[in-house]
Amino acid sequence: MTAKNKLGLILFPAFDWAISPTHPEREERLLYTQDQIMEEGIEDIEGIDFYNPDIATVGDVDRVHFCHPDVESVVTKSHLIAAGGVMKAFDLVLSHQADKSFALVRPPGHHAQRVVYGDRGFCIINIEAVGLAYARKKYGDLRVAIIDTDCHHGDGTEDIFWNDPDTLVISFHQDGRTLYPGTGAMTDMGGPGAFGYNVNIPLPPGTGDEGFRHVLEHVVMPILEEYKPDLIINSAGQDNHYTDPLTNMNFSAQGYAALNHRLNPDIAVLEGGYSIQGALPYVNTGIILAMAGLDYSGVVEPDYSLGKWRQSQQVTRQVHAISQQVYEQWKNKQILARHRFGSDKVITRQRQVYYDTAGIMETQSQEFMVCHACTGFNLVRSRNDRGARMVGITIPRKACSDCRDEGYRLFEEVKITGSHTTMLQDVDRDIFLRK
Amino acid sequence: MIIGIDMGGTNIDGVLIRDGRLIKTVKNPVDRNDYFYSIWNCLAQLIEDVNKHDINRIQLSTTICTNAIVEDNVSRVGMILQPGPGLHWEFDRLGEEIAYISGSVDHRGKLVKAIVRNELAEIKRRFQAGPVESIAVVTKFSTRNPEPEQQVKQFLRSDYSNITLGHTMSGKLNFPRRVETAYLNAAVSQTFRTFADYIQQALLQEGITAPVYILKADGGTIDLVRAIDKPVETILSGPAASFMGMTALLEQAQTDQVLLDIGGTTTDIFVLVDGIPVFEPLGIMIDGRKTLVRAIFSQSIGLGGDSHVRFESGELKIGPKRLDRAVAFGGQHITPSDALVYLGKMPGDFPEKSKVALEVMAQNHGIDPVMLAERIIHQFCCTIDQTIQQILERFHQVPVYTIRELLQDRKIKPRSVGLIGGPAKALASDLEHILELPVTYPQHYQVANAIGAALAKPTMEINLMIDTERDVLLIPELDIHQTPGQYIDLSKAKWFALDRIKAAEKNMGLTDDQLEGEIVEANSFNMVQGYYRVDKNIRVKAQIRPGLLQRLVDDGQGVDS
Ligand SMILES: [Zn+2]
Ligand SMILES: [Zn+2]
Repeated sequence: MTAKNKLGLILFPAFDWAISPTHPEREERLLYTQDQIMEEGIEDIEGIDFYNPDIATVGDVDRVHFCHPDVESVVTKSHLIAAGGVMKAFDLVLSHQADKSFALVRPPGHHAQRVVYGDRGFCIINIEAVGLAYARKKYGDLRVAIIDTDCHHGDGTEDIFWNDPDTLVISFHQDGRTLYPGTGAMTDMGGPGAFGYNVNIPLPPGTGDEGFRHVLEHVVMPILEEYKPDLIINSAGQDNHYTDPLTNMNFSAQGYAALNHRLNPDIAVLEGGYSIQGALPYVNTGIILAMAGLDYSGVVEPDYSLGKWRQSQQVTRQVHAISQQVYEQWKNKQILARHRFGSDKVITRQRQVYYDTAGIMETQSQEFMVCHACTGFNLVRSRNDRGARMVGITIPRKACSDCRDEGYRLFEEVKITGSHTTMLQDVDRDIFLRK
Repeated sequence: MIIGIDMGGTNIDGVLIRDGRLIKTVKNPVDRNDYFYSIWNCLAQLIEDVNKHDINRIQLSTTICTNAIVEDNVSRVGMILQPGPGLHWEFDRLGEEIAYISGSVDHRGKLVKAIVRNELAEIKRRFQAGPVESIAVVTKFSTRNPEPEQQVKQFLRSDYSNITLGHTMSGKLNFPRRVETAYLNAAVSQTFRTFADYIQQALLQEGITAPVYILKADGGTIDLVRAIDKPVETILSGPAASFMGMTALLEQAQTDQVLLDIGGTTTDIFVLVDGIPVFEPLGIMIDGRKTLVRAIFSQSIGLGGDSHVRFESGELKIGPKRLDRAVAFGGQHITPSDALVYLGKMPGDFPEKSKVALEVMAQNHGIDPVMLAERIIHQFCCTIDQTIQQILERFHQVPVYTIRELLQDRKIKPRSVGLIGGPAKALASDLEHILELPVTYPQHYQVANAIGAALAKPTMEINLMIDTERDVLLIPELDIHQTPGQYIDLSKAKWFALDRIKAAEKNMGLTDDQLEGEIVEANSFNMVQGYYRVDKNIRVKAQIRPGLLQRLVDDGQGVDS
């Protein structure tokens, strides 16, 4: 059997790491997925090659996150390896060792935001964002679309690329009013430098294969055609599956495989998904085959029955309405931006962020400078309920000299007291400062 | 006293070893029309002057099954496959009849859909009309639940005596390889059975009661009786014989090492890590088929003492073909051996002819003949060096699945090179220079393979799995399928695996002090269902790694041959 697309597979189940012995993010999570992949003989398919992950460095993390008090204190080896797995996935594709790659790694990352005090939603660092920042440094500018198909809103990815027009983030997820983390409203469309390039598609509980297909055909694919990314990344969370214990959707392995076939991503990254026996072995096998351009029609869960998991007519109507609205927003993003931001020079965004796994509450304020020469530098001031405070300044890629100078000036100016930290990310020049 | 016999492609070699001393060697051409006669003749010569009761073991490395497969001289096999949902593998080279049956089990081994009896009745009719001679049954995830395979066997056992079940081939997961392996096992089963019968009868007639062991590709042996059930294990044992021979002849080190067997046509490369051979990750490949037959890793390159040396568009080429012998040994074409003879590193039968031929080639290409000879040797050694580097690079990419292993990032760094084969002695110093490693070569390399066959110990690998929720304990290789009982934690599971493997070692004639069963991998996973129920999923891999029954002592005394 020969793959049509040469696929690099980074399968790293981290059999010796768990958040805690019975936590969903435990050693067992990818055990049956690995069993299924091995028994199917995927190793023996010509054109599918297995690779070990790289290990991300502190510098790789600093490019993306403001870790408090520092990377070493909040991040474990397992996170650096998961991020390193995604870095490897980028390397394989961008150095043409493979046509496509799939990082089947754990723990996930899409709930990790720019500021990091600890673990939220089983994530500490955003593995796609760390991989992408590494790839941009190594291979130059890339216009990238991240399609987050995890059932939970990819709030970390949204936050990191909020003001980056070169990174289109599309997340479809179970409506935040019914599921963690609660965000992901349609009206959250990005910062002033990238308004419209954050696309949220909140879906009603009970959405099935048909609904996901509709969203893909009527929202995602048309937007991608207009956006014309250099790379498409699938943040391939698998908790939309009908067996997932944490969510309420009706998606199947066939649905996931078909989605990957149509989306045709260059890189896929495993995110959430905790139905480790009933979903992951089949969904992952389906994604691997779809990415390799092979027949996935035989990959069916033992207990699947179409009748049982067909979405209701009411869900169908809701999905159609939401899709139409999201696409219209995309089309009208410039007009909407003018309404939203007017002629303000600074756009401020106040938020509270809850770290459910670590039990920390963060209060932050982000300030995005509106600049006509570049996307503008930005600033985040944050404190948490444990008494930590930090300030982070980000100078974006292709920053104008005014924004750069202003960013550095601010960094010098901020007074630090006690254990508080001030950080500066000069993404443009790959410089990270901390004081 | 141990008798070792190695049947290669052209020659059959035999050795007689007493107390670690080589006391007799025999080398005969193979009679390709009668393999049994070849072996018997060799054996007869070896034991001419010895007391038959002093023979403790007879160990054979045979190409019986390999040749049957490569020449497609095999039984008519009927395959019964239960692929279940998943990938659509096309199996197009599986004998006379392939029948697919419905039903499936999942990755846990849970029954999803049972076998349909009517389908089996229909298949039986088809196979009898065929007619097929032997049968292989393979179901997906049979190493997790062998019951469907056993049910099929139950249905057919009154009509067929020769039924291979997939799960007994290996405990590793890989359905397509299990299918190929079970097919090959069924295909060579009759061939091997006939051969084994001959051997047993002949030994009986001679009054020899010593047990017979057959060499496997993993560098160990299997006793003749067990090999009758699993003849596929005996394929491609040649490189393993050569590897074990080198192990016996060379000083053993617990370091990383490369072994080279430089023959006339090819060079075989082996790698040891901490003194332990590297294995093929899943199994050996034969006749374009990927199997689950455990094997020592070896890479063969088309480069040997007799490789064809010529210039192609101004570029010096060596191999990969061998046209005939070196000019120095009566051939027509220049070879690396001629270069060695020219440089005085090796004696030749026709040194003058060789010298002239090399000088003509040098003159035709405007090179000094000494430089040409040196360039041939240099290129020869560099090709070996590059191949070794490529092999090591590949090993470094072998996937690991734990953080511990990934952080450990074990890189293989050979400390020395062992060398056997015709040109070994002559090439040693050049190789040493290019590989930048000490090179050693042993005496008696001419019968290294037979020595390897003679001194190889039994080996085995088992894969134990315990699933406390399903209440099963499985060791597919030993056909063990029972309730875990008290073996429900990792340390007890390891004890059970070791106990089983040691029992197998004793069954294969090893004494207590020779038992070396070891745990290779052991993992216990918490299985959590709905946040409250915790069960255990335990996986243990144990093995007897290849080793020597005894050390070979070189006391400098001569050998009869
Ligand atoms: Zn999720
Ligand atoms: Zn600017």
